[in-house]
Amino acid sequence: MDKKVAVYICRGCDIGDSLDIDALTSVAQENEAAICREHDCLCGDEGCELIRQDIREGANALVVAACTPRFKTDTFTFDSCRTERVNLREQVVWSHEPNDEDTQMLAEDYMRMGLARAKKVDVPEPFDEEISETILVVGGGVTGLAAAIDAAGAGHEVVIVEKEAQLGGWSSKFAKTFPHKSPYRDVEPVPIEDRIAQVESNDKITVYTGAAIEKISGQPGQFDVKLKANGSNPEFRVGAIVQATGWKPYDASRLEYLGYGKSANVITNIQMEEMISAGEIKRPGDGEQAQRIAFIQCAGSRDQGHLPYCSAVCCRVSIKQALIARDMNPDAEAYVLYKDMRVPGQYEDFYRKAQEDSGIFFTKGDVTGVEVVGDSLQVAAESTLLGENIKLEADLVVLATGLVPNAADGEEIRRFNDAKAVIEKGEAGAQLDAAKVTSEELKHLDGSSILNLDYRQGPDLPQLKYDFADSHFICFPYETRRTGIYTAGCVRMPNDSQASQEDGAGAALKAIQSLRTAKQGQAVHPRWGDQSFPDFALQRCTQCKRCTEECPFGTLNEDVKGTPLLNLTRCRRCGICMGACPERIISFKDYSANIISSMIKAVEIPDELEEKPRLLGLICENDAYPSLDTAGLKRIKHSAYIRFVPVRCLGSVNTVWIADALSGGYDGILLIGCKSGDDYQCHFIKGSELMDKRSENVQEKLTQLALEEERVQLVQLPITDYEKMAQVINEFAEEIEEIGLNPFK
Amino acid sequence: MSGNGKTGKILVIGGGISGITAAVEAAEAGQEVVLVEKRAYMGGRVAQMNEYFPKLCPPSCGLEINLRRFKTSSRIRCLTLSEVERISGGPGNYKVMIKRSPRFVNDKCTVCGACADACPVERPDEYNFGLSSTKAAYLPYDMAYPFQFAIDGGVCPGTECGKCVSACEYGAIDLEMKPETIEVGVNAIIWATGWDPYDATDVAGLGFGTHKNVINNIMMERYASVDGPTGGKIQRPSDRGGIESVAFVQCAGSRDENYLKHCSGVCCMGSLKQARYVREQYPEAEIYVFYIDIRAPGRLEDFFVATKNDEKFHLIKGKVAKVSEDSNGDLEVVAEDTLAGGQVKQRVNLVVLATGLVPANGAGLQIEGELQKDEHGFLTIEQSMGAMFAAGCAKRPTDVAASVRDATGVVAKALHFCGEQSLG
Repeated sequence: MDKKVAVYICRGCDIGDSLDIDALTSVAQENEAAICREHDCLCGDEGCELIRQDIREGANALVVAACTPRFKTDTFTFDSCRTERVNLREQVVWSHEPNDEDTQMLAEDYMRMGLARAKKVDVPEPFDEEISETILVVGGGVTGLAAAIDAAGAGHEVVIVEKEAQLGGWSSKFAKTFPHKSPYRDVEPVPIEDRIAQVESNDKITVYTGAAIEKISGQPGQFDVKLKANGSNPEFRVGAIVQATGWKPYDASRLEYLGYGKSANVITNIQMEEMISAGEIKRPGDGEQAQRIAFIQCAGSRDQGHLPYCSAVCCRVSIKQALIARDMNPDAEAYVLYKDMRVPGQYEDFYRKAQEDSGIFFTKGDVTGVEVVGDSLQVAAESTLLGENIKLEADLVVLATGLVPNAADGEEIRRFNDAKAVIEKGEAGAQLDAAKVTSEELKHLDGSSILNLDYRQGPDLPQLKYDFADSHFICFPYETRRTGIYTAGCVRMPNDSQASQEDGAGAALKAIQSLRTAKQGQAVHPRWGDQSFPDFALQRCTQCKRCTEECPFGTLNEDVKGTPLLNLTRCRRCGICMGACPERIISFKDYSANIISSMIKAVEIPDELEEKPRLLGLICENDAYPSLDTAGLKRIKHSAYIRFVPVRCLGSVNTVWIADALSGGYDGILLIGCKSGDDYQCHFIKGSELMDKRSENVQEKLTQLALEEERVQLVQLPITDYEKMAQVINEFAEEIEEIGLNPFK
Repeated sequence: MSGNGKTGKILVIGGGISGITAAVEAAEAGQEVVLVEKRAYMGGRVAQMNEYFPKLCPPSCGLEINLRRFKTSSRIRCLTLSEVERISGGPGNYKVMIKRSPRFVNDKCTVCGACADACPVERPDEYNFGLSSTKAAYLPYDMAYPFQFAIDGGVCPGTECGKCVSACEYGAIDLEMKPETIEVGVNAIIWATGWDPYDATDVAGLGFGTHKNVINNIMMERYASVDGPTGGKIQRPSDRGGIESVAFVQCAGSRDENYLKHCSGVCCMGSLKQARYVREQYPEAEIYVFYIDIRAPGRLEDFFVATKNDEKFHLIKGKVAKVSEDSNGDLEVVAEDTLAGGQVKQRVNLVVLATGLVPANGAGLQIEGELQKDEHGFLTIEQSMGAMFAAGCAKRPTDVAASVRDATGVVAKALHFCGEQSLG
């Protein structure tokens, strides 16, 4: 369809009073706008009707030069047309001197850029793929069962894969739980049998016990699963996956200093659960009833030599076990030695109940060791409430050991597999030696994969920290690095069964959402609703593998030659592959190297005699762009020499844009992105970091061209730093002015 | 959608992080959503926070994404300045009456700010807990959603003034706007009504409300925020002076049968985070934390360890009994040191009370059947009315990530009560 570009300039909100609108109109006309209109208040009814009338008469590519695209989004969205927004308000008249030559030039450049974009972009059409709506739940413990019940309740078919012979996980091994309901004072029965019955009677749920995953290939909506189950290999297709593989207790054999292994009467909290289930708390050493029980909290937890983290539930578990022990034997005494009692929320009532019990004693202290003295055990602790070291006699010691996630480290397994492949291939030299070292170092990972995903970037989810397969985001805890695969429960973080079940429900919803979204041909969060997708012109691919390496979401597999194989529904549309590609063969309908280049080239570069530098700002559209808008709202001024182009992520910046800008006469380029490093804030994981690496290459190029390194700078700024934003821009502009104009102008 | 997967309409009550999450997650899973918020803007408590623990990242980053999700989804109807008045019917088929108070500013608002420039009336800014003021015609905060001014009907003299009406070039102000009642039918209801800060004036001896330099933890968030009353500078309220020493008083009213029985779950991490704010601005300041137990579950322990490594950061296990003020506005904190024994007295420039979370749910609501609450006032997990689900801090005091997980999970539960329909 031929494009009929229509431009609308709003005169409201100081725009008309600060700019020469006639001159702007001329710019639009010179740049092939078929229609160009102005209005005093474009977002009002009359203004919108003006636009609608033109659409009825064939306008199909709109340029609205008014306020920020973040405002009045609905107002300027029209069916079957694309609207490009030219931000004349926040980023021109509210942040620059009115009726000033430089402000006018800025507005005119933004108009040219908007038109360049409008002429190049196409309206994306959603992909159409056959989508399975079945959900796979890996793990049949309390979290997995919750996920399965809620996914089935929402109308979806579910398959549960459980490695043990029965469903229920740890919950079915425990007789009682600490309370999850008001009044939060009494131990409660574990409702696991009900949950299992609910699952078994639900005809939407299929269960495989004694089963493991042999392979999962494909992508969200089209995962092909092959199991190993009781000698057979069932195969089926699912749309999304919930991983609820739970936890295992910390290995107490490493806690010899706490007496474990030295005396049978030093047990773990799991062994204590087993005794409670069996109905009697006896000293394993001699079968006598335990009278003085010492609970050692944080046994191997909150300890840099063991588990540095807190397992969150052990305090409540020990309180429960102490109360049960007292209930079973009112003559018994329980001593709880703790660093901090961590009993959050309403569970405080449960702790209060135990504190009211005259036979339960809570003592703050760091336990330094447990000695076996004859039949008895002596617990030594320091820095207690009394301010001195104490020794405590006990006849049974319970170690509150923590939770270790049942997770597999996808990225490390991949390293191991890659090393193995190099060795098998028998490549010579340093590569082989390195592979041998890696393979030896990581051999413990052999066979450790749980999901066995056929992903270039590893067969399991990447891990966050301490082996937990958690999300990095506080606001978006289900935003992980593999689309359509969500973790829940203790594989994600140590948690109690109630919170884990709630997490299971959350993961089920995300799984449902991912396949419903795929069904509509759209991206998931954080670009939900995006119908664009990367298109690869593979005939020009040089198999450099940069895209397959850099995609943070494992979207791309490789064929034997290294050609990328796109798995569309894994893709988050960040454009990092596009930024990575040296051949520029990757593009989206509405975002490509070509589109952005043409915006960059649309800017009129004044000749050197005018002494007006031109700077390019490539900025993250999620954080830096809104921050710049807020600066505008607050009327904070910044240099009128810079032209901003919002990008999906700094990681999508292709260095060709920088080369184009420099050869086109720009004097400097400022890249503004989100925080990288351990506490990264980039929603595409490592956008700033990747750009930083690419800028190193850019710096080399600058040196070759005898241009100053300072001409290209990367800054990381959080969204709230709008004041600093203006400062950064101005300092950059001053620095470039000092360096002088680009000699290639 | 081949008869597989249910869709319907969900009411979400409360537009804080839990409610926003429930709304966008439901909408992105194909549901229609009505989101009701009593304030003039979405974002709730998190919009007032400076940074989140443990990443020390700004909440507005995530809010920006969530609000963009509102803008791109046509399935969410946001009603601000609105409260649910009555709920009737049953699971799968509720009828809900919502009262919307007048904003006095309509959708024609362009946020140009001319109304505020013209407005002669000042009011305390509740977004900053009254630590600063706005005009009666105000934008709730810089990144508010809806991005639209509002007029505070409580202080605006109305048509007899009318200066804003003449100042607005866009016909966006209507001082005769009336309250309206909106009726919606929904399949399920999510209660994301959140929390209020515990009012520490009730706690004997801590001096909140009488000593100027005793503030609570959410006021501290405002002081530290760049859009707060001091532009992000942490200062003593009495004289805007700098901080040489600060005391954080944990469990200010919490874990105490006389005041708030429960533990609020997040205040320890909150104070550790605020200790970092202080350190960032005052490298030499002495920081004292009076605590009963430091509750930093899971990997949050790392943040505790890292904060504790600061040599001017002092942990004192003891419950604060009294805070007194001298003529300079300095404070003396008296606590029982349960570890070393005896009484500890510490002079500081500023005291921050780590006050707890009080559930803020369902007041003045007519509902067929009762909402079940526990003795702390939190909504219980099981509700006798069926398709009603509490999420986030309406149910228990939790941090942001846990609230978001929970708010996502209850959407799955709400789907049980939706219908088998085609999404197309």
